[in-house]
Amino acid sequence: MRYDVVIAGFGGQGVLLAGNLLSYAALEEGKNVSYYPSYGVEKRGGSATCTIVIADGAVGSPVVGHPSMLVVLNQASLDRFGASVRTGGVCIINSSLVDVATLDRKDVKIVPVPMNEIALGLGDPRMVNMVALGAYVALSGAVEFASLAGALKEALPERNHRFIPANVKAIEAGAEIALGKKA
Amino acid sequence: MQQVFKRPQSLKDVQTHFCPGCNHGTIHRLVADALDLFGVQQTTIGVASVGCSVFLYGYFDVDVVEAPHGRAPAVATGVKRARPDRFVFTYQGDGDLAAIGTSEIIHAANRGEDITVIFVNNTTYGMTGGQMAPTTLVGQKTSTSPYGRNKAKDGSPIRMAELLAQLGGVAFSARVAVDSPKHLMDAKKQIREAFRFQVEGKGFSFVEVLSSCPTNWGVTPLEGNARVGAEMIPYFPLGIFKNQGNP
Amino acid sequence: MSKRLFVKGNEAAAMGAVEAGCRYYFGYPITPQSDIPEYLSREFPKLSGEFIQAESEVASINMLLGASACGVRAMTSSSSPGISLKQEGISYMAGAELPGVIINISRSGPGLGGIDASQADYFQSVKGGGHGGYHIPVLAPNSVQEMYDLTMHAFDLADLYRTPVMLLGDSVVGQMKEALVPNPRPVRDLPEKGWAVRGKGGAEQRVVKSLFLGDGELEAHNWRLHAKYQQMKEKECLSEEHDTADAALLVTAFGSLSRIAHTAVTMAREAGLKVGLFRPITLFPFPERALAEAAGRAGKVLVLELNTGQMVEDVRLSVGAGVQVSFYGRPPGAGSLPSPEELFEVIKKHYVQAPN
Repeated sequence: MRYDVVIAGFGGQGVLLAGNLLSYAALEEGKNVSYYPSYGVEKRGGSATCTIVIADGAVGSPVVGHPSMLVVLNQASLDRFGASVRTGGVCIINSSLVDVATLDRKDVKIVPVPMNEIALGLGDPRMVNMVALGAYVALSGAVEFASLAGALKEALPERNHRFIPANVKAIEAGAEIALGKKA
Repeated sequence: MQQVFKRPQSLKDVQTHFCPGCNHGTIHRLVADALDLFGVQQTTIGVASVGCSVFLYGYFDVDVVEAPHGRAPAVATGVKRARPDRFVFTYQGDGDLAAIGTSEIIHAANRGEDITVIFVNNTTYGMTGGQMAPTTLVGQKTSTSPYGRNKAKDGSPIRMAELLAQLGGVAFSARVAVDSPKHLMDAKKQIREAFRFQVEGKGFSFVEVLSSCPTNWGVTPLEGNARVGAEMIPYFPLGIFKNQGNP
Repeated sequence: MSKRLFVKGNEAAAMGAVEAGCRYYFGYPITPQSDIPEYLSREFPKLSGEFIQAESEVASINMLLGASACGVRAMTSSSSPGISLKQEGISYMAGAELPGVIINISRSGPGLGGIDASQADYFQSVKGGGHGGYHIPVLAPNSVQEMYDLTMHAFDLADLYRTPVMLLGDSVVGQMKEALVPNPRPVRDLPEKGWAVRGKGGAEQRVVKSLFLGDGELEAHNWRLHAKYQQMKEKECLSEEHDTADAALLVTAFGSLSRIAHTAVTMAREAGLKVGLFRPITLFPFPERALAEAAGRAGKVLVLELNTGQMVEDVRLSVGAGVQVSFYGRPPGAGSLPSPEELFEVIKKHYVQAPN
């Protein structure tokens, strides 16, 4: 199988960490992965985008023009990448900050997830990226949830390992919403 | 019969390409004397620069790396870091060190690289035919300052020994001359002193040597030495500008 | 097999340098290669290595020259504008026949340009770059694994041929993360460094220099260097081919773009087009013979580059007059990186169904 996804937001939303985590999980499962980040000159507030390709065989291009799935955390990212999603693809949108109606696509599945509200509900607004990741993994099946939990250890510096349970909870919350169990 | 004077072991028995009255030969001898004194000829790696000093390897019987114009302190940095147990010195002229190589000399000095720099200041670009150097005196005529160095347009000559003495990494900085026997004896002493700093691992040491260039100055050898005393020394005072050694 | 690590291309290159036994790094910060000095400034002190953040690119290449003259494995890294500054030192090193590795995570220009992936420095890298008519081996990795493997290879080539060697990448291979298997270094038979300065120690004087003023000396030196370049062309060409056996159109691309091109070629194959990919891994020596063979079979070559046309000149020289060569370029800049889908469209346009 081959999975590709573009995750985009603004700097500080944790987009690159989410991408890293997904990559680590795939790697743990013995798959091939490429993680290609691009970001603005600013550390915070600029754009942050990463493209992840997960494959059983060769990854091929680390650059993807028409991703099968797009995860956007802010309006600017939807404006920039919304049109690029492959026909039949999936667009996961942070409906807390993004006007979903601005994406005029009938040929893709649109999944609004109120990521900021969910993260706030869990008591930590910084978990937006984990909610997004959970939603993506639930809808794509790119990796096992168990692998994500293991990958958190690899992706997070040791001093932040105490936050792992909270991260796992956020991932699960995102997944549940995306699958419509709580919608 | 007792031999009281001979060629230093660190100098090769060859004729130099230097012009009549040029002081490079004398300065080479002083440097070789110091190498002999500390017994470091066999562990020395010299770094040659671009200019009249480029043939260092032809006259000194030591291993030599040739550096691009102005870059000798950077090359010497690489050499010393790779071979910290070796004695490393550069030998550079004023165009090389005080114009194109200012960045390299200042930063090698500021890092306190454990090397010795011999800087020959003759107020002109000798090898290329007597053009204006950063050390050319105000009013001095050269092939590119035919009306004399104009302070308003060309700035003032740079005093490197004083400038480098300001830097934290510099352990020893002195200016000497070889225009008279008295100055020559002092030059010999300060070059030895500079070498002692490196031999004892005390940090960056620097000796500026005022030198005559009769060919490009258009004077006789004697007139050249006289000019060093009459015109250069008043602007470039001799002395020790920094000495962090323990006496 | 060693554990698979997940690292950035730049880090992989730095790890490869450490594995190759390099313990001397001299550099100056510039985006997008700063992960390399950051990694080595952290690791070298633990290995009794020397790391200097120099005052300039000019100083750092000359520090490399000095360390290399002593016979140790040493390196520098930079990005295009910084590489321009290093050209003086690279020329001197080529002239004095000094080994050394230069990693160029290139960016876009001319001038300050931008930091995006670019192949605008192909000419600068493979045609000399500095003065005096020299060449240095140039390796173009297209994966994180190759950033590691080819860095080690670069150190071997440098010692084998007494030459600076350049690893030419861009922000795609430098910044992306992939799995890395830190394979142990294959042992190569390397010559003794009997030329390195060391302090005479009672033996013959050694001089490392590029000045040759004697009658006929410099001409002989130039011919000797030329012979060395010919030897590299004979022995050191590296390239990779995919689906070229029956290809009617041969796509050629190097470095990061070859990854995108490979996916585009796969798309073309899935669409029933007989398209193959030829990827030079060494840009100098350029794999002329292998390319000529593959191109001769296909009869038609499409060159893809992230510039307005540079490697295409070497392709034309390699394949001769009988092969039709066309070019598609994407000059560098933010948002200019083509997608596989775009390159597939380009391939379709250039593909002419071979008559049955």
